[in-house]
Amino acid sequence: MLSFILRRLAVAVPTLLVLVIISFALMFAAPGGPFSGERPPPQAVLDNINARYGLDQPYWKQMVDYIWNIVRYFDFGPSFQYRDRSVTDVIMQGFPVTLTYGFWSFVVAIVVGVSLGVMAAVKQNTWLDYLAVGITIGAQVLPNFVLGPILLLTFTLWLGWLPGGGWNGGQWQYMVMPIIALSTSYMASIARITRSSMLEVLNAGFIRTAKAKGLPMRRIIFRHALKPALLPVLSYMGPAFVGMITGSVVVDVFFSTGGIGQFFVNSAFNRDYSVIMGITILVGALTILFSLLVDLLYAWIDPKIRY
Amino acid sequence: MALLDVQDLNVVFQTADGPVHAVNGLSFQIDKGETLAIVGESGSGKSQTAFAAMGLLAQNGAANGKVAFDGTDLLSLSPRQMNKMRAEKVAMIFQDPMTSLNPYMRISDQMAEVLTQHKGMSKRAAIAEATKMLDAVRIPDAAARITMYPHEFSGGMRQRIMIAMALLCQPQLLIADEPTTALDVTVQAQIMDLLGDIRRDFGTAIVLITHDLGIVADFCDRTLVMYGGQVMEEGATTDVFAEPAHPYTKGLLRAVPRIDRDDDVLQTISGEPPDMSRLPAGCPFSPRCDVALDHCAVQRPAKEHFGADRRRACHKPLAEVTS
Repeated sequence: MLSFILRRLAVAVPTLLVLVIISFALMFAAPGGPFSGERPPPQAVLDNINARYGLDQPYWKQMVDYIWNIVRYFDFGPSFQYRDRSVTDVIMQGFPVTLTYGFWSFVVAIVVGVSLGVMAAVKQNTWLDYLAVGITIGAQVLPNFVLGPILLLTFTLWLGWLPGGGWNGGQWQYMVMPIIALSTSYMASIARITRSSMLEVLNAGFIRTAKAKGLPMRRIIFRHALKPALLPVLSYMGPAFVGMITGSVVVDVFFSTGGIGQFFVNSAFNRDYSVIMGITILVGALTILFSLLVDLLYAWIDPKIRY
Repeated sequence: MALLDVQDLNVVFQTADGPVHAVNGLSFQIDKGETLAIVGESGSGKSQTAFAAMGLLAQNGAANGKVAFDGTDLLSLSPRQMNKMRAEKVAMIFQDPMTSLNPYMRISDQMAEVLTQHKGMSKRAAIAEATKMLDAVRIPDAAARITMYPHEFSGGMRQRIMIAMALLCQPQLLIADEPTTALDVTVQAQIMDLLGDIRRDFGTAIVLITHDLGIVADFCDRTLVMYGGQVMEEGATTDVFAEPAHPYTKGLLRAVPRIDRDDDVLQTISGEPPDMSRLPAGCPFSPRCDVALDHCAVQRPAKEHFGADRRRACHKPLAEVTS
């Protein structure tokens, strides 16, 4: 078990390295640069700035320096856009916010999605099933950039129940709409996966055995069927969790939450190379970490899996 | 009174291609401690008969008629009442021991929950009881192995565990649905021996559903031959084997390869198993019967009682079939 974890973490290093190299190449392949706006400064000024940030160096040299600084000093460089702030500062500002509403979105998506899916499967072809499937399809086809304004209209402008934006240190009123907007489509996917895998499990031989043993349906569902039915959900959970805690530009823009999603997109528009790279590495590392966690959870659920 | 009394049982499945009649007007009885074989090829409705009795039909299936256990009609029970009957009065084991145990739960948990549910035992007492039962079905080192998961056992061992689990509440009737089909031959023999011991030690009545006539001959008091969801013939096993009274039974017996006969070609019954959604109005076997009469396909043969407590359903006169 421990050796499995260590091995997986060791493989993570070259994986991240490849990620850095590819992202770096893509960034430089894109035209423009951080300081080439519509009205560029005089050439002499530009040369100075480029020298200051090392942009006058050849491509490979920049990349090697970048990686070296990370490995040697855990320094992800200065932001090109926000003067006097390092990438670490930018991430440390936005990430806690995203992590908070992302985590709660994840909890909501799992709890609501799994409940809906189980209910639909157990009551297959009844109005409860149709209702759950209806909600699922509705939630899935409604993109969050449509859902966001609808929520704002309803809860802020018409009902006046919730503040229209901001974060305010993570007070719950400020989190409700971001969580709904972010979790809805994930919830729908989880409900759909749960329903179909639950239906499959309920047809399994061991469920028939459980029924023949005279167990009540409630016990059959929760003790016998739920664990195997959640296996496919589990493999979806890893990437979904990373997707949620690394935020959503739509949520950040509509609800002014100040999360990392907005920084990411802004940095892409402004060619803020170091911030792009920093967030890319963060997402990459989290993805690797959570797929490892998912694999460990698999072993916990399925006794046939041993590392 | 018979322990299990099945009267005019019908099982119908609603499918996209229309209704499928899996069991059609089936009647039979089994007494306390008796062993009854239900024999027939795949799709003859023998498993669905058992599922109907246990209330385990698929969602699109419905049973009507009467399945009386000790005077209680199982088909009219509420789910809660049915759950009391299951395991406590009637238990069932299945064809494929590889998929019949929950692969995600320890054997101890799967067995103990039967006793905590039905007998109100504590978990600790239930596991002790389950261990005893595993000993009784000859699982070596039961106390240590009970905490293992199903995949750590062989197929034969798993079927033993299934049997042990079915017997925990000492039911009066055990329905064994092709219990040895998925096992290899030597293991088959061991499982049949075990079932024999159980019949002797616990006095459990057993319904053995099988297509393996070799097993039936050794094991069962009575044999019921099914085809197309109907009884073809029924009687004491020795009588049915010695003097089959239905062309289908004769065909089945002919198709058993024999070591004392030098056959170059295996005997078969020509044709295919019946399409249960399009059964003929008459005898379901008539399309494949090599001695069928003109009216066999259109008129369902009546039950004919004869000999020592035997019955059959065939238009062909008895003397012509047995000769």
